[in-house]
Amino acid sequence: MSAMIEVRGVTKRFGDFTAVDRVDLHVAEGEFLTLLGPSGCGKTTLLRMLSGFETPTEGTLVIGGEDVTHLAPYRRNVNQVFQSYALFPHMTVEENIGFGLRMQKVPAEEAARRIAEVIDLVALKGFEQRKPHQLSGGQRQRVALARAIVPRPKVLLLDEPLSALDAKLRQQMQLELKRLQKHLGMTFVFVTHDQEEALTMSDRIAVFNRGRIEQIGSATEIYHKPCTAFVADFIGEANLLDAELVSRNGTTGRIRVEGGLELTLALSQWPQDHSRALVSIRPEKVLVSKSRIEAENVFQATVREELFQGVLDRLHLETGAGTRLTAVVANESAILEAIHAGDQVWCGLHVDDLIVVRPA
Amino acid sequence: MPTPVSSSSRFQLPSGLKLMNAALGGWTVLVFAFLYLPIAVLVIYSFNTSRLNIVWEGFTFDWYARVWQDTRLMRALQNSLIVATVTTTASVVIGTVGAWLLHRYRYRFSHAIQTLIAVPMIMPEIVMGISLLIFFTTLSVELGFFTVIVAHTTFCFPFVLVAVQARLHGLDPSLEEAALDLGATPIRAFWLVIVPCLKPAILSGGLMAFTLSMDELIVTFFTSSAQSATLPLLVFGMAKVGLNPMLNALSALFILATVAFVLFTEHLRRMSRR
Repeated sequence: MSAMIEVRGVTKRFGDFTAVDRVDLHVAEGEFLTLLGPSGCGKTTLLRMLSGFETPTEGTLVIGGEDVTHLAPYRRNVNQVFQSYALFPHMTVEENIGFGLRMQKVPAEEAARRIAEVIDLVALKGFEQRKPHQLSGGQRQRVALARAIVPRPKVLLLDEPLSALDAKLRQQMQLELKRLQKHLGMTFVFVTHDQEEALTMSDRIAVFNRGRIEQIGSATEIYHKPCTAFVADFIGEANLLDAELVSRNGTTGRIRVEGGLELTLALSQWPQDHSRALVSIRPEKVLVSKSRIEAENVFQATVREELFQGVLDRLHLETGAGTRLTAVVANESAILEAIHAGDQVWCGLHVDDLIVVRPA
Repeated sequence: MPTPVSSSSRFQLPSGLKLMNAALGGWTVLVFAFLYLPIAVLVIYSFNTSRLNIVWEGFTFDWYARVWQDTRLMRALQNSLIVATVTTTASVVIGTVGAWLLHRYRYRFSHAIQTLIAVPMIMPEIVMGISLLIFFTTLSVELGFFTVIVAHTTFCFPFVLVAVQARLHGLDPSLEEAALDLGATPIRAFWLVIVPCLKPAILSGGLMAFTLSMDELIVTFFTSSAQSATLPLLVFGMAKVGLNPMLNALSALFILATVAFVLFTEHLRRMSRR
């Protein structure tokens, strides 16, 4: 697949503040890419440069083979779904959706047909003559979406479009957006700070932090093989532990983590020429049981605290050596045993679940 | 949409507060009497047969007929309407476009411009009148409709600008971006999206400009010629000679027009909200 978007060494500064810092990014045609990061990380600024509302301080932006770095927003073949939806309050649903076609001077007959098509696609039949203020949040969201896709842009940019919806509706819209994107075969660039949203919908996720892309990859790559402490901590949860290499034994190595616990990990990921590194362990990878566990790493710990969270049970553990770890287990009836604060438990960790990450 | 007041929000006042409440009610009546009694008297005496505003002799429509027949008054009214209409149009255009440009783009002297625009609103009219007169005579511009309209626009457009600016502050900045994103040039985005959103502010600002221009006296006095004399100017001249029930009738007509105008714009506003 050819690259639909190429971002080459793009930097954006606002005065002394560098919002986007030398970012390189390729987005394939028909790909669903998510820019994920905390607020102020530069993801929205990058999106606004793609739509043309900001101009890069340095670097080049290419969309569909055309250099658009300095092209005005109204000359770009991209459309955006705004966080506030930005529906024109004085126009009906139909007029809102048809605005782009009107600007392109599409003949009335064709425009009417395309508007009807897209209204069907986003399930807004019967609402054509309503004004935005007569619609629910979810319906407004659909109008904003329909308005942005009806001119058939090369790229659809979405700026946290689901953040104003309640949790149930948000999940439903996530699926619908994904389905729509597949159906249209359109390139989507989606901005969010919600990791769950990113994991659910994206082909690839670019994790942003302080104006830079920390890591880019599929949802599973990002989740299972985080490169940096920031990624490990931002997507899902992580026990981040300082570790020191104690001994090497073929493909595995023995490390001592903060607090004193000794663990075995795969040596291939240990940075060469370093005796210390940061290790990330996902809480759900920590196996916990009252009986002895089969795993490469087995140790005992005391449950300091138990937080019942419905589906999950969160345990704060402290090993005999004094290392603190958080573990997440399915609730007690699912694992057929009750674990409570004060209990002595066996813990297990597989070699592959110890991930070495770059410090933030 | 107005929400109905629920009956549970009504409550019984304790007796001590009842007296207080009655006193407040009385005070309110007094305030309204102070505001509206002179106007009521003025309207009543416009139907008085007597030339004097102090004794009631009988009912007549005569003064209204005389107003209608007085060519000088009618001419002045026509002048006033021309001046107010052109002034309002110019003020709406300058005020709206100016507010948008100041809101949307950053200029080096934005802040100074903002302050300078507000000055004509608070400048004593006598100062404005004299300075404009000096200005026009220096440029040897002949006094007439043109000079009156220019003078009126100078102090009327800031009211439109301020009203529109207030509205712009509450407007979602994404609206313009959405229009640009969908292929509208900045000018089309302004005309097709921003202006419709500003309609209530433009309407109220324009109304303000029209009213101000209609009853302006001092600046007009300095900048008009005999041909372009407005109604307030003529009325002022007539009143100096002596009060005349014709002026009462004229005032009553003005009140009627104002009320009709306010009701009409309120109606328009309700329609546009639908």
